[in-house]
Amino acid sequence: MYNASDLRKGLRLKIEGDPYVVTEFNFVKPGKGQALYRCKLKNMINGSQFERTFRSVDSFDEADLQEKKMQYLYMEEEKYCFMDNNTYEQVFLTADQVGDASNFLLENLEVEILFFEDRPLGISIPNFVDLVITEAEPWAKGDSVTGNNKPVVVETGYRIMVPAFVEEGDKIRVDTRTGEYLTRVKD
Amino acid sequence: MEAVRRFFIERDYLEVETPNRIPAPVPETHIDSFASGDWFLHPSPEVCMKRLLAAGYERLFQICKCYREGERGARHLPEFTLLEWYRAGADYTDLMRDCEALLSCVAGWTGAGGRLAFQGVPLDLEPPWERITVDEAFRRYAAMPVKEALDADRFEEILVDRVEPRLGFGKPAFLYDYPLPLASLAKKKKADPRVAERFELYLCGMELANGFSELTDPEEQRCRFEEAMEQRRRIGKPASPMPEPFLADLAGMPEAAGIALGLDRLVMVLTDSATIDRVVAFTPEML
Repeated sequence: MYNASDLRKGLRLKIEGDPYVVTEFNFVKPGKGQALYRCKLKNMINGSQFERTFRSVDSFDEADLQEKKMQYLYMEEEKYCFMDNNTYEQVFLTADQVGDASNFLLENLEVEILFFEDRPLGISIPNFVDLVITEAEPWAKGDSVTGNNKPVVVETGYRIMVPAFVEEGDKIRVDTRTGEYLTRVKD
Repeated sequence: MEAVRRFFIERDYLEVETPNRIPAPVPETHIDSFASGDWFLHPSPEVCMKRLLAAGYERLFQICKCYREGERGARHLPEFTLLEWYRAGADYTDLMRDCEALLSCVAGWTGAGGRLAFQGVPLDLEPPWERITVDEAFRRYAAMPVKEALDADRFEEILVDRVEPRLGFGKPAFLYDYPLPLASLAKKKKADPRVAERFELYLCGMELANGFSELTDPEEQRCRFEEAMEQRRRIGKPASPMPEPFLADLAGMPEAAGIALGLDRLVMVLTDSATIDRVVAFTPEML
């Protein structure tokens, strides 16, 4: 159980059966009156948001959320399949739930799947992944029209800007939080 | 700070220091004191300052740190700086005039000037400032008498959401004559016994000070403390002892008025700072 005084940005609560995360938080207290806790809450299943003001006497259930290490297997009909390597249990996430992580999902990549009461909700992937470039224009010396960077496509189909010297077949490291190129990797 | 001190010293006030660690803070339903051993860190210096009034000192002020558990927000720190002043033979309307003079002087001496802008909102400190009763404000801004909000247990919510955001724009505003249950240490108003002679000062929607004509009847004060203690019990808050020496001295206290003003917030206004974090060297999170 949480009390109103536990409320802060990032706290996860269960309200009317759904998991919510506090996205904005403000403490207000008029004069000698009771404290009010103004929160903006986001539903972790459908993304809907609402604002609510709580009082110091309010209490909340914790959202039963767990992260499990799983391996990405394949995509089929807009669904992404992941497997627990210990139990061989498989779960599916929708494209919406996977979000931008789909840009970096390689087969066999180990990821964290977020569960709410045994229901898969979302995914967190490693901060850095290594990907092979599958399409790149060859480097033309003296071509400075695009500055020092050029667009390439990596094996997941993601388009990314890289320095001009990087070529097709190279492996590069990408920061999945910003989606940007970091460095070339040698095997 | 120097400008504030100068204002009071020029007006023959005595600056005092009273203990920060006390055995029994004033019982308030919604103010929680930090325990310090068996005693408490004071949430305000009022108990000792009123005992000094009772001992015959007629004009007193103090600038001190105060402590309130659980209060942390854009305008709240659990350890903050209060300015309190007390005047024998005065009532809450005298304090309102003190506020007008104090802010005008301090803004002038510190170079902020009489016409400020706080977070993009112009603020003219030239007296007189707006005065509006709590009931008028609820009727005007929330379209309901204050009694209706109290009966529905929505006083704070409506005050914060509908009333405060309209108070003190252009010029500071005094919100006054609070319903009696919301003013545990203030004197009942003779002309209307449903309200107490308490006011809050607002600048650009921000509460800056809380003052009142002091209740000087020890028996009535004891009853109000017992009510506050009972309410604390009901909502499961920790108890503290009755401040007996204060009640004993209250019998000898002259008619007086006293006020607490949040100095951190005054600095916020004078320096146009959006949050209280910006006017202190360290917040609790930095320690």
